[in-house]
Amino acid sequence: MGEPIIRLVNVVKCYHENQVVKKLNLDIQQGEFLTLLGPSGCGKTTTLRMIAGFESVTEGQIYLEGNNVADLKPNQRDVNTVFQNYALFPHMTVEDNIAFGLVEKRVKKSEIKQRVAEMIKMVQLEGMEKRMPAQMSGGQKQRVAIARALINNPRVLLLDEPLGALDLKLRKQMQSELKHLQKRLGITFVFVTHDQEEALTMSDRIAVMNGGVLEQIGTPREIYNRPETKFVADFIGESNVLDAYVTEVSEGGIHVKMEFGDAVLKAGGFVEEEMVYLCVRPENLKMTKEAVPNFNIYGTVKEHIFIGSVCKTVVELASGLEVKMTSPQTDELYAVGTRVNIYWREDQGVILHTKEEQLYNLIENTVQIEGGMHEA
Amino acid sequence: MDTKKLQKSEKAGFAPLSMLYACLVYLFLYLPIAVVIAFSFNTSKTNIIFEGFTFEWYAKMFDNRQLMESFQNTLIVAGVSTVFSLVLGTLCAVGLYKFEFKLKSLVSNSLYIPIAIPEIVFGIAMLVFFSSVHISTGMFTLIVSHITFSMPFVAITVRSRVAGFDRSIEEAAKDLGANEFRTFMRVTLPMIMPGVISGGMLALTMSLDDVVISFFTAGPDSTTLPLKILGMVKKGVSPDVNALSTLMILGTAVIMVISQIAQNRLEQRQGGNNSES
Repeated sequence: MGEPIIRLVNVVKCYHENQVVKKLNLDIQQGEFLTLLGPSGCGKTTTLRMIAGFESVTEGQIYLEGNNVADLKPNQRDVNTVFQNYALFPHMTVEDNIAFGLVEKRVKKSEIKQRVAEMIKMVQLEGMEKRMPAQMSGGQKQRVAIARALINNPRVLLLDEPLGALDLKLRKQMQSELKHLQKRLGITFVFVTHDQEEALTMSDRIAVMNGGVLEQIGTPREIYNRPETKFVADFIGESNVLDAYVTEVSEGGIHVKMEFGDAVLKAGGFVEEEMVYLCVRPENLKMTKEAVPNFNIYGTVKEHIFIGSVCKTVVELASGLEVKMTSPQTDELYAVGTRVNIYWREDQGVILHTKEEQLYNLIENTVQIEGGMHEA
Repeated sequence: MDTKKLQKSEKAGFAPLSMLYACLVYLFLYLPIAVVIAFSFNTSKTNIIFEGFTFEWYAKMFDNRQLMESFQNTLIVAGVSTVFSLVLGTLCAVGLYKFEFKLKSLVSNSLYIPIAIPEIVFGIAMLVFFSSVHISTGMFTLIVSHITFSMPFVAITVRSRVAGFDRSIEEAAKDLGANEFRTFMRVTLPMIMPGVISGGMLALTMSLDDVVISFFTAGPDSTTLPLKILGMVKKGVSPDVNALSTLMILGTAVIMVISQIAQNRLEQRQGGNNSES
């Protein structure tokens, strides 16, 4: 990875007393499809709007190709936006909407005409050049919005939940079209969504945000398989999150104790007597009647739920806690009421520090960063 | 679309009684106007019996120099004050929409004062003000007072148009490289144009037929048409006043039709405007 095309450094955004983005550090690489994912109110849209220049930055810097653009107006930044509600100019034809940016750049008329025609072809809106936005469907409007933004050859295209208003089928279709478009043009896309499936299918990397904080950034696989926080484990897909306590750290691994059993796991960076979370995806949980080395977690099969390709099994642990697991529906299942030992493949379970521990680490890191800054 | 259908079905369901009621309302509204128009073509000097058809009064009217001068004054005052109140009122409405500031509600509600205040009070206030700053009444004071009372009408009409405005449309324009001014000219203004037009029509008609405020703020050389007519009526309504009134009715009707067509076309193009898109 070379020099990042966008770099956010300690970006803070406050509305009155309210901090909606808290010391955000984020590098976006040239040509990647990066998704900002999180529940509503997590600061993802605010972050995008700060990159676009619609929101001022309370603190921190935003670098676009190495230049700090935090104080520049939207029209002075080489990025373009596709808005959630399209925001087409209702008084202009499709053609004029798409040409808007070029007219502002004082491009020659003949060139505008040619480039608009190319764009219209690219987004497959031939024959609709003279239509008004009010005469178009949601999907068509979306294509106009994309063409209007892309015609300026922006360094980065920002997309603010652009598919939110489309119905499911059209949405899936636009997802793959957008992804292909991005691959073909090689333009960096920064995509905001609260839909985790959309994020997983489209992105090169996902930045998961929560409460104004970047929880984790990584490839869809990393985010899914190796969540770094409880929030990420919970938010992306289904997850069994178990409270546990580290009893012993030895060469054989980390011994953890739960209310209802214990296990030995391989992981580093944990200390004895630490409270931790164990996160295991339902499809990675397994059950058996036999003893499994290192695992000693018993429960009773409570019910099986057939949901097509897989079968979901709920196992009630001794403490009353329920864990979910899924298995191929062709597998033979234990009868309801069977006492089973649950386990997982060593590399498929994730141990996480608890929030207090994270907080502690965060403070320590901040102190280090600030110390470093003073030295510089 | 739906409202149109609804109106149609309601029309079909008119009971005879409500039909009669509607007819009476329109009769009261338009009969006096019809009488004025009819008598403007009357050969008799009195407005009592229709004796014969003539264009005499129209010719006479155009020969009446004083009348024509006051007509010219009215056009100048109405034209200039409309342009100014349009610019000021539109900027006021857009400004009130865009910016949050202290005492905003006070500023925005004070727009209603010139509308709500009795015209005679407004006129006297204007007169007192001008004499206290030693500006003698004339064209200038007349125009200033007309701008003052018509500006709030423009501001309020435009504001209602701006209210449903989707901010991201302006953001899109800036995102695509337009600065504040270009955004206003290419996006904001065209979108609020229907409101601006109806505001302008309101200002124009308000200025054209104002008597009370003009009475206080006009000078001897700046008599407007309504003032002139008022003066003439004191000596009895002469047929040339009827002729002039007829022409004014015609003029107003033409302006209204044009503005309605212009507005409809704008709205149609924008397709119900920003609410949906």
